[in-house]
Parts: sequence; structure tokens; C-alpha cells
Amino acid sequence: MKGPIGRRTPFIDAIDKATGQAMYTDDYKFPNMLFVRFLRSTKSHAKIKSLDITEAESYPGVVAIATGEDLPISFGVLPTSPDETAMAVKKVRYQGEIVAAVAAETIESAQLGVEKIKIEYESITEFITPQDSLHKCEPDEQIHPHTKNNKNIHKIAELRFNEPEKEIKSASHIQTGKFKFAGVTHAFTEPHSTLAIWNRDETLTVISATQVPHYLHINLSKVLELPLHKIQVKKPSLGGGFGGKSDPFPHEMITSFLAIKTKRPVKCTFSREEVFITHHGRHPTEMSMSISCDDDGKLTALDTDIIIDGGAYGSFGVVTSYYNGVLLQGPYKIDKFGFRTQRAYTNKHQCGAMRGHGAVNPRYAVETLLDMMAYDLKIDPCELRERNFLPENSFTVGEFRITSNGIRDCINTVREKSDWDKKYGKLPFGSGLGVACGFFISGSALPILWNRYPQTVVHAKLDFDGRVVIFSGASDIGQGSDTMLVQIAAEELGIPMEYVQVEVADTKITPVDLGSYSSRVTFMVGNATKTATSNLRNEIAIAIAKEKNVSVNDLYFEDCRVITKNKSVDLSWMEAVEIAMAGRGAFLESGFYISPKLGGKFKGAGAGLSPAYSFGAFISEVNVHPKTGEVNVVKVWGAHDCGKALNPLSVEGQIEGSIHMGLGQAVSEEMWYKNGQQMNANFLDYRIPYSVDTPDMDITIIESNDPEGPYGAKEAGEGPIHPVLPSIGNAVYDAVGVRMMELPITPDKVLKKLKEKV
Amino acid sequence: MSLIQTKLTVNGYTHSLLVNADETLLFTLREQLYLTGTKEGCNQGSCGSCTVLINGKPVLSCMTPTLRCANKKITTIEGISGGETLHLVQKYLVSDGGLQCGFCTPGVVMTAVPYLEENPDVNRKEIKESLSGNLCRCTGYKKIIDAVENASKEMKK
Repeated sequence: MKGPIGRRTPFIDAIDKATGQAMYTDDYKFPNMLFVRFLRSTKSHAKIKSLDITEAESYPGVVAIATGEDLPISFGVLPTSPDETAMAVKKVRYQGEIVAAVAAETIESAQLGVEKIKIEYESITEFITPQDSLHKCEPDEQIHPHTKNNKNIHKIAELRFNEPEKEIKSASHIQTGKFKFAGVTHAFTEPHSTLAIWNRDETLTVISATQVPHYLHINLSKVLELPLHKIQVKKPSLGGGFGGKSDPFPHEMITSFLAIKTKRPVKCTFSREEVFITHHGRHPTEMSMSISCDDDGKLTALDTDIIIDGGAYGSFGVVTSYYNGVLLQGPYKIDKFGFRTQRAYTNKHQCGAMRGHGAVNPRYAVETLLDMMAYDLKIDPCELRERNFLPENSFTVGEFRITSNGIRDCINTVREKSDWDKKYGKLPFGSGLGVACGFFISGSALPILWNRYPQTVVHAKLDFDGRVVIFSGASDIGQGSDTMLVQIAAEELGIPMEYVQVEVADTKITPVDLGSYSSRVTFMVGNATKTATSNLRNEIAIAIAKEKNVSVNDLYFEDCRVITKNKSVDLSWMEAVEIAMAGRGAFLESGFYISPKLGGKFKGAGAGLSPAYSFGAFISEVNVHPKTGEVNVVKVWGAHDCGKALNPLSVEGQIEGSIHMGLGQAVSEEMWYKNGQQMNANFLDYRIPYSVDTPDMDITIIESNDPEGPYGAKEAGEGPIHPVLPSIGNAVYDAVGVRMMELPITPDKVLKKLKEKV
Repeated sequence: MSLIQTKLTVNGYTHSLLVNADETLLFTLREQLYLTGTKEGCNQGSCGSCTVLINGKPVLSCMTPTLRCANKKITTIEGISGGETLHLVQKYLVSDGGLQCGFCTPGVVMTAVPYLEENPDVNRKEIKESLSGNLCRCTGYKKIIDAVENASKEMKK
């Protein structure tokens, strides 16, 4: 390929970001704009006995107030669990839930207005832990009325293939473990922010820090009872998402409502504490898991029982429940396979999707048990894994279709680069190496919304100026999807990237894309962009072929020219554009992506289906201080099969960022609660790795060239996080001989285990 | 709260402003002067996104009362390299992939630029330490450190 595909390409908006010129939601200001602050619940579970806004309404500067009764229609990202309202209606379900909102001339007067609202609560029994929620309770104690059997269980996801429990009972080699994972959060640097404008033509424009403009569009329409065609959602530059901005949010509904009510622009930007309280992060999880294998180390069965703490609302929880199980079907071949996940509603802020959605915690468990198995069977942990890899072009037990698969290259690469064979099991006490693998979806084959539309549509427009504009709903959240669109268009048309510009993530202008989640954008939007721009190339070629009397197939688009091999046609790009547009003017070509029909016929077969899966293997080296229990990750070798790296610079960035986030969850990050309230809603107490904590990283991109990915590409944004955590946990075992079954691996836990060992 | 008159020199221009006694420099820069390149990530002094220079030294503008800045020279991201060309730190952050979402980037630039100007001879460990107050959630820091290292090498030439 001669064009930019495969080339290390700085992001097209990188200079704007490096100079502070990129505009994020909170950077926008409109004339006559109001500011919103919220009254938030101080109770975990309580009826609202009374809510008095009269004093607040007359407070200087206060223009409008909204309460739960104003927006009673429930919503949610999944049509199966629209269980949330914009503000609490009649009762509150967690500390921090929005009860009322004040729009005022300044942020200060909005806050002071909030403080004038009088509210009285009547407490209801609180369900703080998921175990509390599994028990029967009185009907009026239920967190939500729709849960069954007077329990607060939101979802039970269960699939079983070939009776794994029988195999595990009788197998000669079994490993069993109980694992516990603290909740962690995305901690993107840009706080949530939304700006809403009620236009003179009675349409609503919402600028918001969202990963999912389309779902926001749909849910705004539902909650505000405003027709879809009257709503425009725009995503400007966005300061990180990682799944934390992939739901439609209450503050987006409320800000929009207040803009309509006041007929003035209204902006709301969260404090960092509010970002933590809003959460939607990784579920606190407890699981027991068993695996079995034969004398050769071939895995025969996996069975696991999982409880995830969902918090007060559904969010992506139904999907999370399934992903905890189904995403364990790879990268190893396991024919007897079962899981049950129970998602409990609790009176805490809600959990949802976070990088590596659903599979990060159970992946830690699988890889830890495999390590234990390897140790018991005296088989090298890399070797044991190699004996069990799924082959390419195969099916998993739950009928996932595996196409390209570079897992063997991944593990061989990190094994060699880390000097594994010389170092594993041989480093002095306190130092150790650990290995783990992972796999992940490249987009969900089944979209969230059941309709007959494609998962994405891309338009490519050519005009007299020679510029190609790509119109796509894809949401660049910092991962660089805008750059990917430009690279593909330039590649297909043989023109420099500077000829291509994007109009993105604006539901009035750009065709629908479902959003930036489930690692779907490169695969799906990339394919659609490739189709749109190759259609554009064909249209140009047809016009030139006709005018120059040559065959369309003889025309080549390269180096900003359109030529035939014998140079009978040798046109500059602008000359080609002029011919293409003669008699018709600017034109537009379209491309779309729909997943092939995949999967089995059983209930739950759709969860985790993807047109392609990424694979990876990581090795971590750690030092564990035997006196302090501190785990220091020295170096991480990561090899990830992303099919084809359209932009290696950006793929490396995704892998390195995954190491950062995985390291945080492994050794330091955790949400602390007291009676349902988060106690560490700030960056000082919620310990994210800083630059000094970052290990050396050695990244290898493995290119397996997927048959259906654009130029062979698969995902790279989420898959790499899975192996990071267990590779660290396994390295701790190699270093000091203790198995860490609870995350994060904090010094106190290591010391306790070390003491137990002695 | 009553407003107090003060003069604030930002990127070489002196503004006459009315500010609240408890107003932070971050608020003044963003809300009064509309210099939105400086970002608010936490408003708690722990993420570094709001870093600006006061008399050439990096400070957290979210922790700095505006009234303490009278008669001092403030430089924001908009004032780096006169706002016209890219500083080498910016150039390498762009080319080395040292930024993704970009929200922490102005703070990283405002930390690294004065650091390299004061410390031309730096190794990776020192660069890591110099950036220890700048939270980045996207990059894992590796490419930020690469960029600052490459900038320092070119500055020495």
C-alpha cells in the first residue's frame, strides 16, 4: 500500500490539542448562557417526603428549576432496561443521585440556589452489598418494582454447554478459586459536560461530551417527548471516555429540558467529585471459578459463578452480565463450558461499561487458574497456553466464529522478547515474571437497537475544490477515529491526507453511527468508509474512462494523480475532479456496514458475537518488596493481534494506554464505600498510576490480516487490557509465591498472604 | 461577595479585571479571558491539566487565587512560542503520539517546557519525575516521555 494506511500517522487534530485550541464541550460559550448545578441525594435509599423549591426559585440569579416530576419518562442505553429517570421521582436509590437542578445566571448563583431547596426523606432499607440484594425483601423495599421474587436481582445470565460441572467433578486435574474485584472507574480527564440550545425554529441543539451521540439523540427524544427530527446532538473534542461516556445521562436530559424551558443556552459541567459519583465503571465482582484439564494439559472444562454489583440502575448491565461469561470462550478451546452471572441492584452509583467490558475480571480468574494448573502439572505456563489455543477459522463452543487469529505469534513474541525461558522461575526471591493472554470483540455483531438499519453509514463528498469530505457519525473520543477516516479515504483515492476533511458526530449532518464502544469503530466505520470512498473512486473513474476512452479497470489512483500504466491517461487530481464533476457538480457516495449473520440459535447466543476477534499475550516483570508488600511493575511486554495496524502509532498508544489502565486496576485503583457513599471521589485517594509508576513497555503489533476487517484491521482499544492484570498477578506469584485472588494487589494484601505462607 | 479590581498580565498583555476574592486563576483565565486552552480536570490540585506559568514557573492555576497574581507574568498554553510556532515539546507530542484525547496535553506542555528550558540535560527517569503531577489516562505516559526526551535532544543541538 502506497498511501497512509499502515503508516505512523499523527492525529489530524493533534496540533489543535497540543496548542490548546481544540474545543471541548466546556470550552463553548453562548450569549446569554445559563449554568446548571444539581441537588443530589444524601440518602442511599429513601422516599422523597417533600421537596420545596419556592425559596430557591426566588433566589437572585436563579432562572429555572427542574425536578423529577418534570421528566418522568424513564430511559437507558439498553432498550431492555430503561430503568432510570433524569431526576429521582418519588424516591432516591443512591447517594449522589440527582433530585433537582437549578439553572442560573452564574455557576455561583446556581449553587446557592441549590442550597435553598428544602427536601425531606424517609429512609427505606438499604441494600449496599450484592449479597444483601440476593435475599428476599418486602415489596416496598425493592430498589426497582420490576425485579422478580421480591429480590433485587437485575439480571441472571446463564449459559451451559456439555455439562462442565460433571467434567469438573471427575477430572484428574482441577483448579478452583474464589476471586474478588473492587470496582474501578474510567477517570477520564475531561469531566462530563453538556451545553443545550433551544433554537428559534424550535429545534434543540445539544453539544455534549458523549461517546454515543446517536443513543443520546434517541433517548433525548423519548424523555423530552420531542420528535427525532427536532434534535441535533454534536460531539466536539472529547477528553477521554473508556466507556464512561457511553450512556445517555441524566444531566444531558436535564440541561436540554432547562434550555427548552428558559429558551436560553444552558451549560452543565461536572466537578471531579460528580464525575466519580456518576461512575458507570467496572462492576465490583465476586466469582468462583473452576477449570479442569487432562494429563497433557488440555483444558476440558470451565465453570464459573459470578455476582456483579450493578448499583442502582441498569446501564449496560445486561450486556456486562453476559460478557463476564461468554468472553471466556477464547483464546482457549474449551468444549465443556458454563457460567452464571447475577447482576444485583444495590443502593450505590451504577456500574456499566468500561474498557474491556465485562471480561477483565473473569479473565484475571481464568489466567490465574491456568497459572496454578501449569505450576501443578509442571508445564511451562506459556507452553500450557499454547497447547490450548483455538485455531484460526474455527468456532468456539458457544458458536463464536473465529477468523484471523494471531495468538501463537503473540505469545511466541513476548516469550522471546522477555527472555522468559531464562528468567521465569529463576529470578531471585522478590522478582518474577507472569504471562497471560486475552481476546476481545471487534464490535458487537448484534446492535443494541433492533432495527433494519446498518450499524454505520458513511458519506464521502467530492466538490469542485478537490476536497473530499467524509461525513460520519463516528465519535473520536481521543482514540483517533477521525484520523482513521482520513487515512482510509486518502488511501482509496490516492490523494494526500490534506485533501480529506471530516464532518463527524453531528446527528443533523452525519449519517448514523452507533457510537464509540465495544471496539467497533475501526472495523465497522472503517469498512463503511472504505466502501464509500472506493465508490467515489469508481464514479470518478467511470467519468474519466468515458471521456478518455479507456477502461475503468486500467485507471490507477496514486500520488494525487489518475493514470493508466502506459500514461495514455495522466491527470492531476484536480483535472480528474473536473472531469468527474462535469455536468453534475458535487456528488456524494455512500458506504455502510452490516455484520454478517453469525451465531447459534439458543437464547443468549447473540452475546459476544463479533465479526472478528482480537488476540493478545502479555508478560509482566515485577518486583515485590517482601517487607512492605509493595508491587512494582518493572516492565511489560505486550503483543496484540489487531489484524492490520492502520496506524501503528495509534495502535501502540491503545496498547500502552491499556497497560496503564490495567496496571491501575491491578495494583492501586479501587472505589471505597462507606454505607453506600463513595469515600474517595478524588484523584488523591483514588490512586491512578502517574508517570513515575509507569513501567517500561515493549509493544509488538501482530498482524493477522482479518479477511473482513478494513485492510485486515481488527480492534486494538480494549483487548490489550485483559492480559495485563493477570500477567501482573502471575508475576507476583513467581516473585514471592503468593496467589493474589483479590484486586487491587495492595501491599496489605500481599503482606497478609506472605504471613499466611510462613 | 464584593469584587476587587486587579491587573493581570497574561501572555504579554495586561488586563484590568474585577475578580472575587476567592476566584482562582483557572476560573479567571477560562471564564473571564476566555483562554480555554487551560483545562479544568479536577479543581483539586491533583491532575495538572490546569498548569500555567507564573514568572516562568509551573503552577496549578486551580489552586492559585487570581489576586495573588497581580504584577506577575502569567503564561498559558496560548502563549507558548508566542502562539505562532510549535515549541519542540509540542512538535514531538504531536509526531510521537504523545497525546490522544488531548485534555491533559496543555498541562503537560506547560510542565515540560519550563523544565527542559531549565534542565537541558535530562534522562528518562528525570523526565518521568518532572511529569509526576500530570495525570494522563490515555497514553500510559510512554509516548509523552518519548516526546519530551526527543524535544530535549533537539534542544541541545
